[in-house]
Amino acid sequence: MEQITILEGRQKQIFEKKKGVAQPDIACDTSSLSGSVSQRACVFCGSRVVLYPIADAIHVVHGPIGCAAYTWDIRGAVSSGPELHRLSFSTDLQEMDVIYGGEKKLYHSLIELIEQYKPKAAFIYSTCIVGLIGDDIEAVCKKVAKESGIPVLPVHSEGFKGTKKDGYKAACHALMKLIGTGSTEEISKYSINILGEFNLAGEAWIIRKYYEKMGIEVVATLTGDGRIDAVRRAHGATLNVVQCSGSMTWLAKEMEEKYGIPYIRVSYFGIEDMSKSLYDVAKYFPDRPEIMEAAKAVVSEEVKSLYPSLQKFKKALTGKKAAIYVGGAFKTFSLIKALRSIGMSVVLAGSQTGNKDDYARLKEMCDEGTVIVDDSNPVELSKFILEKEADLLIGGVKERPIAFKLGIGFCDHNHERKIPLAGFVGMYNFALEVYQSVMSPVWQFAPRKGGTL
Amino acid sequence: MLLRHTSKEVKEREGLTINPAKTCQPIGAMYAALGIHGCLPHSHGSQGCCSYHRSTLTRHYKEPVMAATSSFTEGASVFGGQANLLAAIETIFSVYEPDIIAVHSTCLSETIGDDLQQITRKAKDDGKIPEGKHVIFASTPSFIGSHVTGYANMVTGIATQFAVSSGVKKHQFNIIAGWMEPSDMREIKRLSKELGVKIVLFPDTSDVLDAPQTGKHVFYPKGGTTREELISAGDSLSSLALGSISAEPAAIALEKSCKVPFETLDIPIGLSATDRFIMALSQVAGVKVPDEITAERGRLVDVMADMEQYLYGKRVALFGDPDQLLPLTEFLLDLNMKPVHIVSGTPGQRFEKQMRQLLDARSPETNFRNGLQADMFLLHQWMKNEPVDLLIGNTYGKYMARDEDVPFIRFGFPILDRIGHSYFPSVGYSGGLRLVEKLLNALMDRQDRDALEEKFELVM
Repeated sequence: MEQITILEGRQKQIFEKKKGVAQPDIACDTSSLSGSVSQRACVFCGSRVVLYPIADAIHVVHGPIGCAAYTWDIRGAVSSGPELHRLSFSTDLQEMDVIYGGEKKLYHSLIELIEQYKPKAAFIYSTCIVGLIGDDIEAVCKKVAKESGIPVLPVHSEGFKGTKKDGYKAACHALMKLIGTGSTEEISKYSINILGEFNLAGEAWIIRKYYEKMGIEVVATLTGDGRIDAVRRAHGATLNVVQCSGSMTWLAKEMEEKYGIPYIRVSYFGIEDMSKSLYDVAKYFPDRPEIMEAAKAVVSEEVKSLYPSLQKFKKALTGKKAAIYVGGAFKTFSLIKALRSIGMSVVLAGSQTGNKDDYARLKEMCDEGTVIVDDSNPVELSKFILEKEADLLIGGVKERPIAFKLGIGFCDHNHERKIPLAGFVGMYNFALEVYQSVMSPVWQFAPRKGGTL
Repeated sequence: MLLRHTSKEVKEREGLTINPAKTCQPIGAMYAALGIHGCLPHSHGSQGCCSYHRSTLTRHYKEPVMAATSSFTEGASVFGGQANLLAAIETIFSVYEPDIIAVHSTCLSETIGDDLQQITRKAKDDGKIPEGKHVIFASTPSFIGSHVTGYANMVTGIATQFAVSSGVKKHQFNIIAGWMEPSDMREIKRLSKELGVKIVLFPDTSDVLDAPQTGKHVFYPKGGTTREELISAGDSLSSLALGSISAEPAAIALEKSCKVPFETLDIPIGLSATDRFIMALSQVAGVKVPDEITAERGRLVDVMADMEQYLYGKRVALFGDPDQLLPLTEFLLDLNMKPVHIVSGTPGQRFEKQMRQLLDARSPETNFRNGLQADMFLLHQWMKNEPVDLLIGNTYGKYMARDEDVPFIRFGFPILDRIGHSYFPSVGYSGGLRLVEKLLNALMDRQDRDALEEKFELVM
């Protein structure tokens, strides 16, 4: 095979687990090298994905048209009611606006939109250029809020002001302004908020049902199938249950500080982590043992039907190898466990936005020989996939065609998942999808892994 | 229903765009640069831009799309992006080893005042561009024009920064491709070959964004106009620019820099535009139209005649990009159909005038608007007021089609939910045939679906 070099300056963000070799910390939380073909996005992207599922608010992108156009309904965050989030609103800033400022345009846009759509709130996203021309978004928002009587919330998501993670934080900052403004009357003591679950393909509904079966009240889901009124009363919940380490931990910490609501971190992927996320919540309410009983009942009922159905996949997939490259590192942990449960090992594990703790834990979890990468690029991914002879890549939209060109299976664990992968049923779907792709007859016809006909 | 909030009453809006029928310049520049062999597009701006463009192109083509970014940070935005771009150029040549880097700017780098010409010159002076390698650039501020403008700007950059006039003319002709699919570019090359005319086609994304499965992921697929071809474009006898908005600016620039005269034509979509293209090419090259092409034309006309009763008077709403909309509208009129509403987010008086001219002559009552607030919300409102039988546009039209329950044909950019556009051309006579088939299938499937049992026809 041809030797593919690693980008100079990237070595510290790559790590291979080997016995007897000193274990340096992986470098992460850094911005990408100029000139790299990075798979990462920007601050705006982070804010946009976090707030996007709130379906009864309008999401107005203040900037040139692109930022709104590229984020128009690209995430399958399903709503059970209003679908305002699936429309695209932009101030479409022009050259003159860049010179003279876009405040007036923003103001008029908001007034027009609120009149047309009667939303429960409005989120105004700043883009790169707004950060430069110095529009006073706060002032415009304040003015419109006063005139319209609904919350109008600026989101400081100028693309260049950090990484996608800073965008999550800006989104959480906007959410914090809403939380605490609604009534907490009649909220049960046995209540939670679900944080970091975006209801892709209806996943939040599945999770919510499990908790409700346990007798737990779910006050707000942040932000899947989200509603402004629910967000406003989120401070009435007893516990915050946080999924997806990157996006919402900051909000959980803020809520702990401000409202004294503790939080636990969970994951809904795979049997092991899914079960744990129910037990951990039940453990939090020891004064009502029936909650734990109910949790056990849910798990045993689900696993009873799930376990046998997984065996067919496991039989076929045992010994196959997977490469994982996803947005948040937390997801990687669950994926490793889920893959192991269907007989697969992980030879490459990486994320766009993992932090030091994440990578330390990843190192611990991985088998020897596993390559761990932060903020990777197509050259590296291809290199390691070929070297480690992976049969499957788990990633997002930009990774999919790379996998297929290399002749290996692919599973989208990002925006473009079409079926729920969370919950017990999600584990079945995941196994099925992996099985379908890895065992597809198409690989009989396609040269695999750099081979020829 | 997804668009339940769309009101029938059309009101002038002051600032707002709802559901845009365009996107921003840089993605067009990235697409154009992918049509150069061995070229890595480079986005001089925040990381998100590059990521969004690559994702959108990947969704449209189901192909890997490689491009690098300057990864702007707060510091770069205060002190200028020169250091980022210089570092990027060095990194790219040493690690990704392209022959060419095609840099385009973004709203961010434009606003902070980065001068790409000056920075790339400095890169050259500082020895950061290895011998035989090139860095070209195009200024593509997102707050002017649309993705089509960005495409045109990059194609102009390609033309002016490569083509050299050696003083000795070559017996070849430039065809400057307006924004079209790889399949269309492949078809243009096939038609030229049939005619026996030697052409330099640029950009050319065939064999780049429709690459075969090989078991390898290559950064630089086999397709794309080569550097040698581009350099020789300055010695061509003349240029044909296909598309007055997306291709003509490059032809003008080439005339200026290398004295290559040009003629501007529509993208050859449909019968009339293809006729003009074939005639123009045969005339400039002084060749006869071969029988095979005449037969292709005959087959298209034959089908148009066979099926005219099913197309007559059918009301169509369409949206998209100027250089596609013009010949497409003409083709619909040639098919005796009725374009009722036409919308393009791409601004510009040139396009407005051309479309008005076409409509005034053949369909004066058609609603047409382009530029600011010419978005899908407006189109939807129009459709509510004056209903249509068919909608043609990019994937985002599917919401309107569903809401209004009208048949929908995907055409334009982006198409995120179907394949075909990268493999089957819509230019040329065979492309026309494919369009007619699509139109008929959409309309006739609907007729079958809605037919009363006694009127449900076997033979149509």
